[in-house]
Amino acid sequence: MSDKFRDHLGRPIVAVTGMGVITSLGQGLEDNWKALTGGVSGIHDITRFPVNNLSTRIAGTVDFIEVPFSNAVERSYAMARETTVEALAQAGLSGDFDGPLFLAAPPVEPEWSARFALADRAEPSSQPGDAYNRFLAAMRVRPDAEFHEAVLFGSISERLADKFGTRGLPVTLSTACASGATAIQLGVEAIRQGRTVRALTVATDGSVSAEALIRFSLLSALSTQNDPPEKASKPFTKDRDGFVIAEGAATLVLESLEAAIARGAKVYGIVRGCGEKADSFHRTRSSPDGGPAIATIRAALEDAGLSEEGVGYINAHGTSTPENDKMEYGAMLSVFGERLKSIPVSSNKSMIGHTLTAAGAVEAVFSLQTILTGTLPPTINYQNPDPAIELDVVPNTKRSQQVQAVLSNSFGFGGQNASLVLAAEPA
Amino acid sequence: MAKSPNDVVVTGIGLASSLGVGRAAHEAMLFSGTLPQPVIETEKFAPYPVHPLVAVDWSEQIPKRGDQRQMENWQRLGVFAAGLALDDAGFKDDAEACGTMDMIVAAGGGERDINVDSLIVDEALKRNDREELLNEKLTTELRPTLFLAQLSNLLAGNISIVHKVTGSSRTFMGEEGAGVSAVETAAARIRAGQSTHALVGGAFIAERLDIILMVEAIKGHQTGKWEPIWARDRSAGGGMIMGTVGAFLILESRAHAEARGAKIYAVIDRVEGDRGNRAEGRMEKRLTRMLDGSDISLVLSGTSGFHELAKREKSYLEERFPNAAIRGYGGMLGHSVEAQFTAGIALAAMALAAHKPVAPFDADHEKPMTKGADQALVTTIGHQRGEGIALLAANS
Repeated sequence: MSDKFRDHLGRPIVAVTGMGVITSLGQGLEDNWKALTGGVSGIHDITRFPVNNLSTRIAGTVDFIEVPFSNAVERSYAMARETTVEALAQAGLSGDFDGPLFLAAPPVEPEWSARFALADRAEPSSQPGDAYNRFLAAMRVRPDAEFHEAVLFGSISERLADKFGTRGLPVTLSTACASGATAIQLGVEAIRQGRTVRALTVATDGSVSAEALIRFSLLSALSTQNDPPEKASKPFTKDRDGFVIAEGAATLVLESLEAAIARGAKVYGIVRGCGEKADSFHRTRSSPDGGPAIATIRAALEDAGLSEEGVGYINAHGTSTPENDKMEYGAMLSVFGERLKSIPVSSNKSMIGHTLTAAGAVEAVFSLQTILTGTLPPTINYQNPDPAIELDVVPNTKRSQQVQAVLSNSFGFGGQNASLVLAAEPA
Repeated sequence: MAKSPNDVVVTGIGLASSLGVGRAAHEAMLFSGTLPQPVIETEKFAPYPVHPLVAVDWSEQIPKRGDQRQMENWQRLGVFAAGLALDDAGFKDDAEACGTMDMIVAAGGGERDINVDSLIVDEALKRNDREELLNEKLTTELRPTLFLAQLSNLLAGNISIVHKVTGSSRTFMGEEGAGVSAVETAAARIRAGQSTHALVGGAFIAERLDIILMVEAIKGHQTGKWEPIWARDRSAGGGMIMGTVGAFLILESRAHAEARGAKIYAVIDRVEGDRGNRAEGRMEKRLTRMLDGSDISLVLSGTSGFHELAKREKSYLEERFPNAAIRGYGGMLGHSVEAQFTAGIALAAMALAAHKPVAPFDADHEKPMTKGADQALVTTIGHQRGEGIALLAANS
């Protein structure tokens, strides 16, 4: 292999040759990019389930993808399938993919409708707390293979593996809000190991339900500024009060640069580096000193062989929670110092909300598109800046600016953090 | 095989099951020379027998009460078994080693609150506005800590908090295959020089009605009494008896382990998973591909006990390795889904390190060994999908 296909550590350079994306803004990279750079918000009132008496009544749900049944597995699968179809078409690949599949997917549980249906066909209660004994008795009378399949964590990757002909045992993973970035990282590692020349990395999340929303509400993680919905997500402002839960998916086709060039594929960018570091501070809060986030960013830069000066734009995690934005700012300041003021940093979540499991991959796609188009997407709803956070957030309106390398952060709930460095194709 | 600095070696074992806590309890099962007896609970979840968790003093590995309270048993058991593995490898109080240690956890989901779920479905039977009811009840009845105890990635999160393992943290999901991918990924990284030491494993609680329900949806459970795993009554259910197991491993590069003078149990020569349609011998074809060129004298089979799958796996192994002793460890520990594969690797590593014959777990269907094995195969055939194999060798 010639040197131009190797990185600073002698590893195969990993190219992105196909991308697909779905968010509440729409389906496909073109529509999404147009809306995202136009400062359009995809956040809206929830219509999927009743929201009376709930403190949060807005979300960035994806309601336009057709599914045979309305549940998290079907939605997550359908979005992943559509973004993968788009990415493979862009990559010019058809037939069996013949590389591994790394899928970030939400943990699933039976839907409440399934529990209600079981209760309907079960014997009545004979003592408090006996619902599952009755469910079991009902299952003994009439098993339900669909129920089983719908609660298996391996069911989405199974369908994707069959549909796209991926190789080996697919990995389904969850590192909370960092999941999408972790999926990409696993693909990069596999190519660098020489195990494969291409990997399919997919992240999807269609898990917005009443219970999911209420759970995050109980942790005080969600914005309650319901009116108007499109103004709720306001990262880095003084009035930010929580994230807006959302859905979406993204697929990236990763290939060794050498294999991509050899087959004449168009290269959309490079995944130049990945970094991770777990937090041992608290189950829902990041270390206040930002230590793990700092270590994550530094690890990504080191892996990329890039100095702090090489980063031209940062696609922030920027959830719009009081805590994350403050911590993320502190971490970035610690890494980039005074120069941080001159690095544009924007949060896609101001428009699409927090797509949770999918976020890292969705935002990686937008980061690559930023490099390709020379357009920085804005942080919208930036009316009342937090004086303690001195950032150029590309406020409210997109900006034309060429960048060679983007840092994309994903800092997870539960202490899992990952950062990616995306870069332009080497000249 | 010639030794290499990036060989993947097993240097720590953390096992907790119905048989006990730690290595000794499981070595007793392997090496006592007599037929081991499973521990079975038949009353509590009747008609479903399960291998229950042995009495555990959580404080041994989770010293802070506050940490214990933040978890339910699934996460507690995982954090506990991870602590055992760290202890066993000599990493427990090594902040530097834990701070750079990679971690991959094979996870399912945590416990549902059975009382809250019951309350809601019972109330719903009386009402037409079920969705409104759901909002009303979930808002008032859900405990935030229970939500955290349910999150798949928070087993890893709790390991970071309690044991300070923070080099990296990844959670893999997907039933038995999650355990296979966890070991496969950690091993591939070590072999490629991307990682030097890693904590890998999972936990499974069988004593959960919400989990039992999952498999009963396909009539998968053996009902009534325990029977040896290769000979379960086809008229008494699907053949699976679940078992509570926490199984973590420390995997290291040979160079990293030798530099610190660590005890090496065994070397993982090969680990791989695959999947696909199982009809018409396709599953066996995949096994043949993955096992190409291997020769072993001991198989630790992680069969789920599902009748057809158990039968096919045993016939295949007997034909492919006619001289090997086959041990269905799920018969003794129960089927532990996400923890099944790492539990098998733990047992194989102990057998290779001790170089002693492993007693049959079933005198009628498993043949005795006359001497210790130098190579061992671990299999895990997923109850619904996915197959994984690991080939281990003694560190000679």
